[in-house]
Amino acid sequence: MEYNHSVSLELEKCRGCTTCLKRCPTEAIRIRDGHAVISKDRCIDCGECIKVCPYNAKKSVNDDLSVIKNYKYPIALPAPSLYGQFDNMENIGYIIRGLKEIGFADVYEVACAAELVSAYTRQYIKRKDIKKPIISSACPAIVRMISMNYPSLCENIMPILPPVDIAARLARQKAKEEHPELSDSDIGVIFISPCPAKVSYVKNDFAGERNFIDAVVSIRDVYFRLIDVMNRMREEPEETTEAGMIGIGWASTGGESTAIFNERYLAADGIENCIRVLDQIDNEDIKNIDFVELNACNGGCVGGAMTVANAYIAQARLQALKRYLPVSPNRPASEWIPDEFFNENVLEYRPYNPLSDDYKTARRMMKDIQSITENLPKLDCGSCGAPTCMAFAEDIVKGETTADECTVIMRRLFHEQLAKYKENSLFDKLKPSAGQDNKEN
Amino acid sequence: MSETIKLHYDVDGENFESAGQASHSVKKSLRQLGMSPDVIRKVAIAMYEGEINMVIHANGGVADVEVGDDDITIILKDQGPGIPNIELAMQEGYSTAKDNIRALGFGAGMGLPNMKKYTDDMKIDTVIGVGTTITMKVNI
Repeated sequence: MEYNHSVSLELEKCRGCTTCLKRCPTEAIRIRDGHAVISKDRCIDCGECIKVCPYNAKKSVNDDLSVIKNYKYPIALPAPSLYGQFDNMENIGYIIRGLKEIGFADVYEVACAAELVSAYTRQYIKRKDIKKPIISSACPAIVRMISMNYPSLCENIMPILPPVDIAARLARQKAKEEHPELSDSDIGVIFISPCPAKVSYVKNDFAGERNFIDAVVSIRDVYFRLIDVMNRMREEPEETTEAGMIGIGWASTGGESTAIFNERYLAADGIENCIRVLDQIDNEDIKNIDFVELNACNGGCVGGAMTVANAYIAQARLQALKRYLPVSPNRPASEWIPDEFFNENVLEYRPYNPLSDDYKTARRMMKDIQSITENLPKLDCGSCGAPTCMAFAEDIVKGETTADECTVIMRRLFHEQLAKYKENSLFDKLKPSAGQDNKEN
Repeated sequence: MSETIKLHYDVDGENFESAGQASHSVKKSLRQLGMSPDVIRKVAIAMYEGEINMVIHANGGVADVEVGDDDITIILKDQGPGIPNIELAMQEGYSTAKDNIRALGFGAGMGLPNMKKYTDDMKIDTVIGVGTTITMKVNI
């Protein structure tokens, strides 16, 4: 099945500079014909390229906010990171009120479902029959990275659905209970996402039959609409947040982990740090850890490519907002975790980079890659359009590019030719042997 | 018989932070060759433990990996102090790592036992004061 990505390029804005090329954690980008090209097989939708592009040529692909109009009863599912976007806002109620004013019929906070997931995680972690450490399933960029590069860790991924899926299910359920007259197609569950990875997660039906999300819009788009209506509110809204410290804490790194009430956790953020942690878990070199929370973005979800505020400023605002909230007002009815809250799909290892399905061919290709790399300048300058000289050699062997794209080698060849030309130059032969002397006489 | 792939890595003894890099690179190459997850894991763990050992005890060394028709050979060579008592060193939990190394979470005495556990064959050649060469094989 074709994978639907949520990071795309605006061709006319891209200048073919090497900024994104060098920052992509999975070497998914190449510069071809003067602009970036993203490999569908390798991209994990982490949004790193969107964040670093100096020309704003990379963008996330998500639904337009006008999608609200497609439903009779649109429900907003705000990610907790949305709450950290606003300056001088002391009450989350303003956001909930605002969402209703811009056209949503109801709001179901993802932070509420996050508290249920935290409670279930505390239960799940006690099981004896599971592979530890459990790796959080909340960051889809990390989950996709694991499925591509870490076959032995696929089983470690938390099988309980992430908060957004549980929120979607419960939101739909609540709407039907409160409004039995509504048909399934009247209700639209619209997630307000901080990042393209979560958009892809929904678009590619990771949760399979258990996906109840109808559309995904970006925090950025909603922010600009909200700020307008919120600035015009004169009275304290009736609405209040129904989430507590734990649910809102999920927006930044460490929030999910601390909610398991067990000190045997590890929480990391930034894709490079996450890769190092995964390597070490893969090498069985991390001991006495039950739970691992990995966020591809610095700071956690508040650092997502579809947010507005700086991650750390947003985090500081969230700290203030959750200060006087109850710890976890959303609690599951029983300790037993409902079947429908588990992901039916087990994560499969899907390697993206085998050179060939045939072992002998793959070995011959690798040999070629090695000998070509030996002869490359090893500057990793990116001028050829590949992130490193080795990646360039791989591209040559795969027939995706040609050696003359290496500007360093071409320059060397040019100078060699120039030197030869100077040596045997016809001009030299045409000069009088006495040179300047003839003129003077 | 097709060509054997040779991969070579220098394991820097001065820089503890870089330990584990050879193992990381090997994994990528084995994935490209289409190796099964099980084989990749065995080689990666054996390499990783070996790398750490070379950094802790021998001020670094070199790691060579040869990918053949039926197996992968890993040769770890250092010019460290040598292993005085191999039998003892092979015991789980036995370690001569210094306290400062243990403080970093290493030196649990699982290095050599894990290398043996994850490979199909392991040979240790050690000469006191000269160095150690460990040759491991993982069947494909």
